Amino acid sequence: MLEIKNLHARVADEGTEILKGVDLTVKDGEVAAIMGPNGSGKSTLSYILAGRDDYEVTEGDILYNGESILEMDPAERAASGVFLAFQYPLEIPGVATMTFLKTAMNAQRKARGEAELMTPEFMRRVKASAAELKIDAEMLKRPLNVGFSGGEKKRAEILQMALLEPKLCVMDETDSGLDIDALKIVADGVNALRGPERSFLVITHYQRLLDYIVPDTVHVLYKGRIIKSGDKDLALQLENEGYGQIIGEAA
Amino acid sequence: MSVTELRPRTPAETALVSLAEATGSGEDARRAAIEALRREGLPHRRIEAWHYTDLRNLMGRRLGKDQAIEALAAKEAGEAETVLSPLVAGSTVVDLDAPERASAPEGATIVAGDELADWHESPNHLDRPVDTVRLVNAAFGARAATLAVAAKTELAAPIELRSGIGAQSHSAVRVSVGDGSKATFVERVEGGGSPAPSSAVSHLSIGDGAEVLWVIDQTKGEAAAHLGQLNVSVGADATFKLFLLNAGGQLVRQEVHAVTRGEGSEIVMRGVNLLEKDQHVDVTTTLRHTHPNTTATETFRNVLMGGHGVFQGMIKVAREAQKTDAKMACNTLLLSEDGDFSAKPELEIFADDVQCGHGATAGEINQDHLFYLMSRGIPAAQAKALLVKAFVDEMVEELEIDEALGEALTAKIDAWLEKSH
Repeated sequence: MLEIKNLHARVADEGTEILKGVDLTVKDGEVAAIMGPNGSGKSTLSYILAGRDDYEVTEGDILYNGESILEMDPAERAASGVFLAFQYPLEIPGVATMTFLKTAMNAQRKARGEAELMTPEFMRRVKASAAELKIDAEMLKRPLNVGFSGGEKKRAEILQMALLEPKLCVMDETDSGLDIDALKIVADGVNALRGPERSFLVITHYQRLLDYIVPDTVHVLYKGRIIKSGDKDLALQLENEGYGQIIGEAA
Repeated sequence: MSVTELRPRTPAETALVSLAEATGSGEDARRAAIEALRREGLPHRRIEAWHYTDLRNLMGRRLGKDQAIEALAAKEAGEAETVLSPLVAGSTVVDLDAPERASAPEGATIVAGDELADWHESPNHLDRPVDTVRLVNAAFGARAATLAVAAKTELAAPIELRSGIGAQSHSAVRVSVGDGSKATFVERVEGGGSPAPSSAVSHLSIGDGAEVLWVIDQTKGEAAAHLGQLNVSVGADATFKLFLLNAGGQLVRQEVHAVTRGEGSEIVMRGVNLLEKDQHVDVTTTLRHTHPNTTATETFRNVLMGGHGVFQGMIKVAREAQKTDAKMACNTLLLSEDGDFSAKPELEIFADDVQCGHGATAGEINQDHLFYLMSRGIPAAQAKALLVKAFVDEMVEELEIDEALGEALTAKIDAWLEKSH
């Protein structure tokens, strides 16, 4: 599904290097967790996967299903199946949530050469997914994310993910700002989407999220490189010992 | 009597006076105005109220050539009558070139008149002792009309005033809305252009507890010049809502001057200015709060693919107007390096217990918003169009007006956005 090879990247404006040779492979259907202390480059990695042009890849490559996506813009990547659930979903005044959802779904369908969704079918899908995520109709009537609470924004991200049916889901600190009930709803939403042809890259600070979204692999990102990989027990070890021990070993 | 010429007239001023003499009706009424126009000339950048719209210079580019007058005469003769459907179906249409022909809805009266706006003083204290818009309006012999809506009357459909249709159209309309009444007026400013400006001066008096929505829909042709002025007095506990759309014209100045006439009045002004090519569009407003407990919100959103935009907004709060709550904002999206926008918000406050604020922003499309939309698969061009539309559509939404009218305005905006992208 995803192969990141010796990825080096810097902030386009100022040139600060943030990723310093990331190597990571995520197989079809795999849930990979990326953990790491603040400033290790986790969010940067997620933005670069989604194609944000504030960052410049200086070395290495990102292969998605065997092909480099570095030359694709964010919309092209999305249409090919890459989805980023934002740590801080943006409020966009004036853009109605439903208009946005329909525009995005149909833009992706168009890019893939599929027929546009008709309104009744679109409504049916939104209602079904919204109900599972306990998103009420009133929320969907508002402009995109405007006035949503932190938990509502995260649920709206998962709603988008469910509707857009991506193949590679990158989740940037999806647990931040969530109370335990909201966390369960979000995790259930994610787990429902797990399947043999859909992979996840779950970025998080804390082990807590991984109690609910149980990963197949866990990778520690530190100073722009993966310094240790393991299975879900690695997350538990981190929870007990902190990052200090592993960072010490790597050094 | 000897007249002292203070300075030589520019060719444009001479041409404008000749045009005024050659066109229009009501000789006697406009004689004094023509003389004043000859004497005062056009305002220029050293007149504060016209600093960003140097009319002498800008009109000079239009009227500086000898053939301008001939072109105008030819145009007048050849111009076919414009057939327009009303902005909102079911509206009462009043052609201000022939107000006597309009049939008023129940509870309202419309009569042709000859009372012109007083150009001897300006509602904008930064202007000269003569008011330029009113002066041009009077000198060109504006058709005058008076509309009255009785007290406690709710008009079912908008009254559409066609004030600036056609190349050479000048109207002066007085509208009064009785206490406790509710009415919507749509001022259509459309039609082709001529070197000389069309003009529309309106006076709106809103009775106590009444609610009036006034829409100015300016979509003149790309060669047209237009000078508009709306003067409003808002009664106690009355609401005045304005929507101003500028989506046309080559040289446009629209002024709105509002004053409160009692406690508890509310002013809601929203506007959208859409500019491209070499357009020059100026919106100048003054809000005078003269009574306690009045509120005003004023927001203009501008989208520039080119051209020069101007916003001058003045909020004045008198000493006795305690508890005034007034906010003003002017936000500009610059989508091209060819466009520029000048914003001059001003507050003049003499009361000590008020809330007043203003803000002006100018920038490009928010890159974070764009990335978010694109990350969901919406291609760049479509995502940008969505964001631009959202930016201006909000102005219509915030007015909370009748759905049909809101949709008609949004459709006008969409038409411009589609044409200009």
